[in-house]
Amino acid sequence: MNHKLLLAAVLLPAVVLSGCETFGGQDGSDVVVEDRGTQTDGSQGVDGQDGATSSGAQAGTAFQGHPLDNPQSILSSRVIYFEFDSASIRNEDRAAIQAHAQYLSQHSSASVVLEGHTDERGSREYNIALGEQRAKAVRQLLLFQGAVASQLQTVSYGEENPAAIGHDEDAWQQNRRVEITYKAR
Amino acid sequence: MNLGNKRQLSSFLLMLALLLSFATPASAVLTIQITKGVDGAQPIAVVPFATDKLTNALPYDLVSIINNDLARTGRFSPMPAKDIKAIGSPHDGGTVRFGDWRLVNMDYLLVGRVRQTGAINYEVQFQLFDVFKGEQITGISYPFVANDTRRMAHRISDIVYEKITGQRGAFDTSIAYVTALSGLNNKRKFKLNIADSDGFNEQTILESSKPLMSPSWSPDGQQLAYVSFEAGRPQIFVQQVFSSNGQRQRVTDYAGLNGAPVWSPDGQYLAMTLSKSGNPEIYLYGLASKKLTQLTRHPAIDTEPTWSPDGKQLVFTSDRGGKAQLYRIGLSRYKPVSKARRLTFEGDYNARAAFSPDGSLLAMVHGTRGRFQIAVLDLANNALQVLTDSRLDESPSFAPNGSMIIYATNRNNRGVLAAVSVDGRVHQRIEVQQGDVREPAWSPLSQR
Repeated sequence: MNHKLLLAAVLLPAVVLSGCETFGGQDGSDVVVEDRGTQTDGSQGVDGQDGATSSGAQAGTAFQGHPLDNPQSILSSRVIYFEFDSASIRNEDRAAIQAHAQYLSQHSSASVVLEGHTDERGSREYNIALGEQRAKAVRQLLLFQGAVASQLQTVSYGEENPAAIGHDEDAWQQNRRVEITYKAR
Repeated sequence: MNLGNKRQLSSFLLMLALLLSFATPASAVLTIQITKGVDGAQPIAVVPFATDKLTNALPYDLVSIINNDLARTGRFSPMPAKDIKAIGSPHDGGTVRFGDWRLVNMDYLLVGRVRQTGAINYEVQFQLFDVFKGEQITGISYPFVANDTRRMAHRISDIVYEKITGQRGAFDTSIAYVTALSGLNNKRKFKLNIADSDGFNEQTILESSKPLMSPSWSPDGQQLAYVSFEAGRPQIFVQQVFSSNGQRQRVTDYAGLNGAPVWSPDGQYLAMTLSKSGNPEIYLYGLASKKLTQLTRHPAIDTEPTWSPDGKQLVFTSDRGGKAQLYRIGLSRYKPVSKARRLTFEGDYNARAAFSPDGSLLAMVHGTRGRFQIAVLDLANNALQVLTDSRLDESPSFAPNGSMIIYATNRNNRGVLAAVSVDGRVHQRIEVQQGDVREPAWSPLSQR
């Protein structure tokens, strides 16, 4: 046992990780969206990327910013919810997915990460697989409606990153989700 | 001995340990309590061992560790120390008066003494008696060093347990588990820990701000395979747990899922889930060849493989029937030889199976009417027995002697561990001081 203790004490610092942010959790992605938003408010980002497509035309009459920043737009709906142990997309979410597909097809340099999640019930690895199936279901629909594969990345966190802390249906329904996060717009 | 005394004793021993040896970071970070025991737990008296001749005191009291081990099983009822003192303090067979112990209805008696054989070297000599027959069951002496005191006590507990129950003890073992701490600004911290089977000696072997999952022991108990999201996606790693070259290596980094690693009984392969084909399938990964063999091919989810102890079957979770259920395939020389056959038919959800060490039982997460509990399926007669009464149980793992199943559950909105005997009669609760604890994996028996 003294071996265990001493060696583990020696090893410990060597294996401590600082998690790297490749495309990270919710906090990170929220920040990314806000940052880009303030850049494109100056409108050079939009013009530079999208040529003649003006943000005003897409966002409707009142909103002046980037369409992805318009809280009134259906594009602001970026979370798709699911039933328990299901990866079927509900009818009420199809319009939002279609809007994102349309945006992606019109903005070829835009890309998203589709992050699949589940509620806490059942086993963890199965939930990772279920979260992936949910992300893939959203991906399939986006592809079907005009997005291209290179714009779409999927990852599943299963039950590991809940949106709502709680152990009842209220929390669970918020956690069974796919989050659509724009990496580039 | 009540809980308060135990706690005081542990903290006293902890202080003593810290004073005596700063290299021993021992504390009961996990506290284990019996929440339900069996009727007719066997009375045993463990007489405090003679330690009066020692020039350097032991960092821990052997007898209190042994008493805790035996009591924790729910199958023994150790006599409180003060009651023992009133009857006598024999340290060897020559001074035992069996009549005195029969009068207080003791079934078994353990006596012993510790000798100093060097500055940090000791020898313990102990004898276990059947009080009713007035006969010695076993008498053994072992050398040990100060830092191995707790381990020595667990080995004595193992012998007592085996001699009385006929089943090998599993006290001298470790448990791996994951803890999740929530921090400021929703920054979370995940740790992969190991602790002794009594909750002492917790050591963190990996820390990350991204989820850590699915620890699995190698059959020699020296390595853990696990899943880490440190790169923002799941990857499988293998890490040396105890040895000096405690390196870890990334085993897989395929597109999509890299999950649910479990070692083959001979330690040559990892079964795992990969979705690089676009769909979660089960693969075998040769640790020496670094080659993959695909075992399942089905558009549904296939995951959570577990090996039968003889390596000839693999049970996994699949929703190919519409809902998560367990399936079995036969293997010969690591090649599938039979089609997947469904094993579970009761309940809406059966997942994350674990074979008992003798291969006769399958523990699983069993979901029915919105409750997720630990159940065991008897593979001989297909009888399913639900062992727990909670609603969010997961990750069952057998003790390597097959006596208990440790699992993760939820209590007062916190993730905690619990254990239940395979017959469902003894229940233990295992708590950590802070955060959520999950995914317990009981180590194999130590190599004696």
